[in-house]
Amino acid sequence: MANMYAFLANIAQGVGVLYFMGIFLAVCVYALWPSNRSKFDTAAHLPLEKD
Amino acid sequence: MSDISQTPAPKRSIWSRHKIFETNSIIMILGVLVVISIGGLVEIAPLFYLKSTIEKVDGMRPYTPLELAGRAIYVREGCYNCHSQMIRPLRDEVERYGPYSLAAESMYDKPFQWGSKRTGPDLARVGGKYSDDWHLQHLNTPRQIVPQSIMPGYPFLAKTDLEYGDIGTAMKVQSFTGIPYSAAMMESAIDDLRAQTDPDHPKAADFAKRYPKANVRDFDGNPQRITEADALIAYLQVLGTLVDFKTYDNKANLR
Amino acid sequence: MATGAIRNMTGGEQFGALALALFGIFCLIIAGLTESGPYAFHMVVFALASTWAFRALIVRRYHGQGPEPDFIDGKPNYNFGPVKFSTVAAMFWGIAGFLVGLVIALQLAFPVLNLDMPWTNFGRLRPLHTSAVIFAFGGNVLLATSFYVVQRTCHARLAGDIAPWFVVLGYNLFIVIAGTGYLLGITQGKEYAEPEWYADLFLTVVWVVYLLVFLATIWKRKEPHIYVANWFYLGFIVTIAVLHLGNNATIPVSITSPKSYIVWSGVQDAMFQWWYGHNAVGFFLTAGFLAIMYYFIPKRAERPVYSYRLSIIHFWALIFLYIWAGPHHLHYTALPDWAQTLGMTFSIMLWMPSWGGMINGLMTLSGAWDKLRTDPVLRMMVVSVAFYGMSTFEGPLMSIKAVNSLSHYTDWTIGHVHSGALGWVGYVSFGAIYCLVPWLWKKERLYSNRLVEWHFWISTIGIVLYISAMWVSGIMQGLMWRAYTSLGYLEYSFIETVAAMHPYYVIRALGGGLFLAGALIMVFNLIMTVRAAPDVKATQPAPAPGLQPAE
Repeated sequence: MANMYAFLANIAQGVGVLYFMGIFLAVCVYALWPSNRSKFDTAAHLPLEKD
Repeated sequence: MSDISQTPAPKRSIWSRHKIFETNSIIMILGVLVVISIGGLVEIAPLFYLKSTIEKVDGMRPYTPLELAGRAIYVREGCYNCHSQMIRPLRDEVERYGPYSLAAESMYDKPFQWGSKRTGPDLARVGGKYSDDWHLQHLNTPRQIVPQSIMPGYPFLAKTDLEYGDIGTAMKVQSFTGIPYSAAMMESAIDDLRAQTDPDHPKAADFAKRYPKANVRDFDGNPQRITEADALIAYLQVLGTLVDFKTYDNKANLR
Repeated sequence: MATGAIRNMTGGEQFGALALALFGIFCLIIAGLTESGPYAFHMVVFALASTWAFRALIVRRYHGQGPEPDFIDGKPNYNFGPVKFSTVAAMFWGIAGFLVGLVIALQLAFPVLNLDMPWTNFGRLRPLHTSAVIFAFGGNVLLATSFYVVQRTCHARLAGDIAPWFVVLGYNLFIVIAGTGYLLGITQGKEYAEPEWYADLFLTVVWVVYLLVFLATIWKRKEPHIYVANWFYLGFIVTIAVLHLGNNATIPVSITSPKSYIVWSGVQDAMFQWWYGHNAVGFFLTAGFLAIMYYFIPKRAERPVYSYRLSIIHFWALIFLYIWAGPHHLHYTALPDWAQTLGMTFSIMLWMPSWGGMINGLMTLSGAWDKLRTDPVLRMMVVSVAFYGMSTFEGPLMSIKAVNSLSHYTDWTIGHVHSGALGWVGYVSFGAIYCLVPWLWKKERLYSNRLVEWHFWISTIGIVLYISAMWVSGIMQGLMWRAYTSLGYLEYSFIETVAAMHPYYVIRALGGGLFLAGALIMVFNLIMTVRAAPDVKATQPAPAPGLQPAE
C-alpha cells in the first residue's frame, strides 16, 4: 500500500504536467490551424447577428 | 439567419446536419469531463492510499457520544467561520498553540474542521488549556472574560437541553464510513453519553474503558441537566489532547 | 390563443403534476415523522411549493398558456419569461446578500450586534451571506444570462415547456431552503457547501434539468458553430455537477433527520472540500461569468471578440488548470507536501490563461475606446475585467507558499475574495443586468445613465475602501502573529491582534455600505426603466403574446 501511494503521488506530479502540455498543444494546434480561421470568424460574429 | 428559418431546407439534410451538431456538444461535455476528472482524480486518489500510511501515533480514538454531539453544535453554530483547527509547522504557531497538527489527529473528523480564517485563535489544541468554568462563562458572555473579544455570545447553549436520541444512529452512520466504533460503543451510546457527564453514573467505569483519556464530569456546572454547553465544552476539552507526543516519532513520518 | 376550447394537458404537464403530487405528499409524511422542528418546516415548505406548482400546472391551460411554437412569422419565438424571473430574483438576492454582508461586517466591528441569539450570530449569518451572494445572486445571474445567451446565439427557443420554469423556480426554492436552514442551524459545516443532504439532492435534480434544457437548446440551433460563451456555460454547468456530487457524498443519519455525515474524513475530506471550494470559484464565479463577458462585451461594444482563437485556448487552459489548484488552500497543513506543491505550481500557471482572457475582453474594445466615455454600462463591464485581471494576479501570488504562510487565515484572503467578488463578479453581473432589462422589457434604453454613473462611482469607492482595509488588516495581523521581541518571545497575544483590527473593520463596513448603496440605486434605476423608459418603437407587427410566466 505504501508503494502504491508513492507510485500514485509520482504520477500526479510527473504525468500531470506532461498531460497538461499535451492538451495545451492540441488545443493550440486546433485554435491556430489555418483552415479553421473562417469558421472562427463566423462564430465570432454570432452575438452581433440580428434575428 | 432569418433566411434559413423562412425557407427551411429539405428535412433530410437538416436531420443529417443536426446529428453532427448534437455530437459536437456531447463531445464538448466529454472533453470537459475528461479534463476535469483526470486532473481531480490524479490529485485526490493517492490520498486514499495514504490512509494506511497516515502518521503512526498512539492515543487517537473516535469521539465519545457526548463529544460527537458537541462537535455537531460546533458545526451548527459555524465556529469554523472564525476558528481554525490546524496548527501549521511555523515557529510562531508552534509556540503560540503547541505542536503542529498531524493528519492522524483529524482522521476521525467528519467533516474536517481545519477552517480557513482566524478571526479568533486556533482551537486545534485548546483542550485542557482553560477550565470548564472559563469556557462556560466565555461562551455566555465573552467580553466579561476577554474584554476586547469580538466573539458572539452563546448564552442559549447552557439553557438548551441536548438532544441526543439519535446519537447511536449517528455513530452507526460514521462507522459505516470508516470510523472504528465497536458494536458495544454504538449500543451503549446513550448510556455512555450520560455517564460522561456524571462520575457517579453506574456505567461510568465501562465508559472509561471504552474511551481512554475521556474527561468524565459535569461540564456546565449544572448536574441536573445535560445541556448543549455540556456537549460543546466536552468537545473543546478533548481537542488536541489525544495523541501522545512522547511516543511520536517525527522522522519516521516524513511524507 | 385566448379563445377556443380548453386544451388537454400535455404529457409533460401530466407527468409534472403527478410527480409534484407524490413529492408533496411524501414531504408531508416526513414532516409528520421528524422530531426536528427546522426539518419539518423545510418539508412543509417543499409541500407548499409542490402544491402551488401542481395548481399552476393544472390551471395554466385555462389561461391560454402552454407549449409554444419555436418560430412565429419566421422569427425565433424566444422564451424570456424564465430569464425575466431570474433577473428580478438576482437583484432581490443581491440586495439581501449585500445587506447581510454589511450586517456581519458591522458585527465584526461591533460584536454587540450579534444579539446573543442563535439565529443572529456571525457563525450562522456568514454562510447566509456567502451563499446569498454566490449562489443566490450569482446563480440567478448565471441562469438568466445563460438562458438568454443560448437562445440568442443559437437563434432557437429555449427547449422545453415547463422545464425552464422548473429550473429557475426550483433553484430559487433551493436557495430559500438553504438560507433558512443556516439560520435555523442546519448545516454541513463545509464552506460554500453548507446545505444539508436533502437540499443537495433537490439541487441535483434541478441541475440535471438545467443541463438538459441548455443542451437541448443548443441542439435546436441552425448555426454550425457553438458560440464560445456557450462553451463556458457548458463547462460551468457540467463541472459544478461533478463538484457538487463529489463534495456532498454524505449519508443521512436517517430520512427523518436533517443531519448527515460525509463519507470522506480528515485529510481526504479537506482535499475534497478545497477541490470543490476552489473550483466553485473557478467554474461558478469565473467560467460562468467569463461566458457573460464573451457575450455582453462584444454585444454592447458592437464588435466581435478580439480573438476568437485566444478564447478557445483560454477555455481549455482555464478549465484544465483550475481543477488542480485546490490544494493551495491547504498550504502548511497536514495535507502531504507534494499535493501542496502541485497545487501551487498549477495555481501559478493559472495566471497565464486568466490574463489571456482579460486581454481578450479588454482588447475587444480596441477601436471603440471612446464608448467608455459615453456608455457607463460598458465601462462597468470593462472595469470588471480589469478587476478580474487584478485578482487573478493576486491569487497566484497568494498561492506561493512563502506568501501564503503570511496571508493564510488573515483578512488578506477576505480582501482578495472581495476584489474578485465585488469587482469582477459584481460589476460584470451589474453590466449584464443593465443590458438585459431594457432588452427583455423591450425598452429603448435605461431610465437614467446618470444613475448608472452614480452607481459606478459610489460602489467603486466602496470596493477600494473594502479591499485596501483588508490588505492592511490582513498583512498587519499576519505580521503581528509572527512578531518576536528582542528577547525571543512572541510580541503580541492573540487578542491584541484582534483589537488592532477594529479601525479596518469599521472602514470595511463603510466600503460594504457604499457598495450596497450603489446596488440600491441600480434597483431604483431598473424599476424606473421598466415603468417609465420609452418602449422600443415597433418596426414590425408586435410580437406574439404569451411570454408571461405561468401563474
